[in-house]
Amino acid sequence: MAKLGEKLFNWFDERYNIRGFIEFMSHKSVPQHRHSIWYYFGGVSLFLFIIQVLTGILLLLYYRVGEDSSYESVQFIVSKVKFGWLIRSIHSWSANLMILAVFIHMFSVYFTKAYRKPRELTWVTGFLLLVLALTFGFSGYLLPWNELAFFATKVGTDIIGSIPWIGKDLLKIIRGGEDVTGATLARFFGLHVAILPGIFTVILFFHLLFIQIQGMSEPPEWEKLPPERRKYIPFFPNFLLRDLLLWLIILNILAVLAVFFPWELGKKADPFAPAPAGIKPEWYFLFMYQTLKLLPPKVLFLEGEFFGVLMFTVAGILWLLVPFWDVKTKNGYRNRLINLIGLFVLIYMLTMTILGYVLS
Amino acid sequence: MEPGLRKSRRDFLNYLLGFGFIGWLISVLYPVIKYIIPPKLPEAKIKSVKLGKVDDFKPGTGTIFKFGNKPGLLLRLENGEFRAFSAVCTHLDCIVQYREDMKAIWCACHNGKYDLNGRNISGPPPRPLEQFRVIIRGDEIYVTKEA
Repeated sequence: MAKLGEKLFNWFDERYNIRGFIEFMSHKSVPQHRHSIWYYFGGVSLFLFIIQVLTGILLLLYYRVGEDSSYESVQFIVSKVKFGWLIRSIHSWSANLMILAVFIHMFSVYFTKAYRKPRELTWVTGFLLLVLALTFGFSGYLLPWNELAFFATKVGTDIIGSIPWIGKDLLKIIRGGEDVTGATLARFFGLHVAILPGIFTVILFFHLLFIQIQGMSEPPEWEKLPPERRKYIPFFPNFLLRDLLLWLIILNILAVLAVFFPWELGKKADPFAPAPAGIKPEWYFLFMYQTLKLLPPKVLFLEGEFFGVLMFTVAGILWLLVPFWDVKTKNGYRNRLINLIGLFVLIYMLTMTILGYVLS
Repeated sequence: MEPGLRKSRRDFLNYLLGFGFIGWLISVLYPVIKYIIPPKLPEAKIKSVKLGKVDDFKPGTGTIFKFGNKPGLLLRLENGEFRAFSAVCTHLDCIVQYREDMKAIWCACHNGKYDLNGRNISGPPPRPLEQFRVIIRGDEIYVTKEA
């Protein structure tokens, strides 16, 4: 048996130089310092993404897109299919936890300045993955075709219509017509299960490839340390085992959430019913929603919504380009402005999110 | 051949290839873009709808009705008078409702308010609601867009 395994290994090694890869992996190490905990959130995001893919494929077995079938098929999944409620609940919870993990991952990379040269493109691909994850969330939210999702999509897409000149046409392309209808559902479904996964996988591949090539980022203050005071642990097996332990914990949290707080389906969308009281978007859009709510109808000569969207777009682009405008200060790496900006963004997002929950 | 002439011939070929590539790109993208823009569906222009009998609507209530493929809101005021509006909020496309406790038309999405004439009075809505005409023939209620 051992002989056969060895033969098989040699067969592959002869063709694909597996030994070289193992050699490379065995030298890979992870810095060990007081901020090491943040290294794990990328892995957590990846794990939750894998869960999304697996549970998403399972949901596809029963989900039928359409104005007359989407809600009914989700209802069928959660009430008739064995463990259907669990799969659907895990898909929803894992989506939310993934967005949370991605946000933590992003801010930790920001504040530890891990995006600096030579890791600019790891940051850029990471940011694109965040935008795609939010689009995943927005498009997936509509798919059960319930009341909340219907109005959230109406509002969310109508904002696009406030863009001057091209807004109206863009709105039609996104909705598949003038209004949010079965055509919108079909488009969002295609986006959610085909277009986004395709693009996401390619960018994720590059994101991970860059990390493999360059290794983990070391904190700036390490540059002043003598080499013997820098501690590392091997990636394999030490870091990977810790990673796996954490994944196991996350899986348990997910199971507890999905079992004790199953995701509600709500009422079926009715295009001829008033919007229900207390309607709000998902928590990760709440800070934008709250900002738009506080803006007056007209800012300068622009519509309030458009002004808000413009500001968020500009801020997003600046955030994406942080590695290129965050320059070294004269006395080395300490650039306090970056910390202040990051802190402002974080506090702004948290305050607006809390306000969004508290204010009716 | 002179080097200058050779260079210009190479440039010419490069331009030709470049324009060829752009032409190819357009010929691929054009049908794709045209494809993703949804075609206009012919829809019957509905100018008026019959909503039912006067007694079906109690004073001090609001009812959503279908006006073609858009929602409308029929109000019956406390004094028995009928009014009809488009139920589409002028802010971000949500569907409004009559709130008896506020004596106003209210949008749940962003807390926009309109008075009982459809005028935007607070919150983000930028314009009043579109008003329709209510016609009562016998005891039947009709709502029409015609002036």
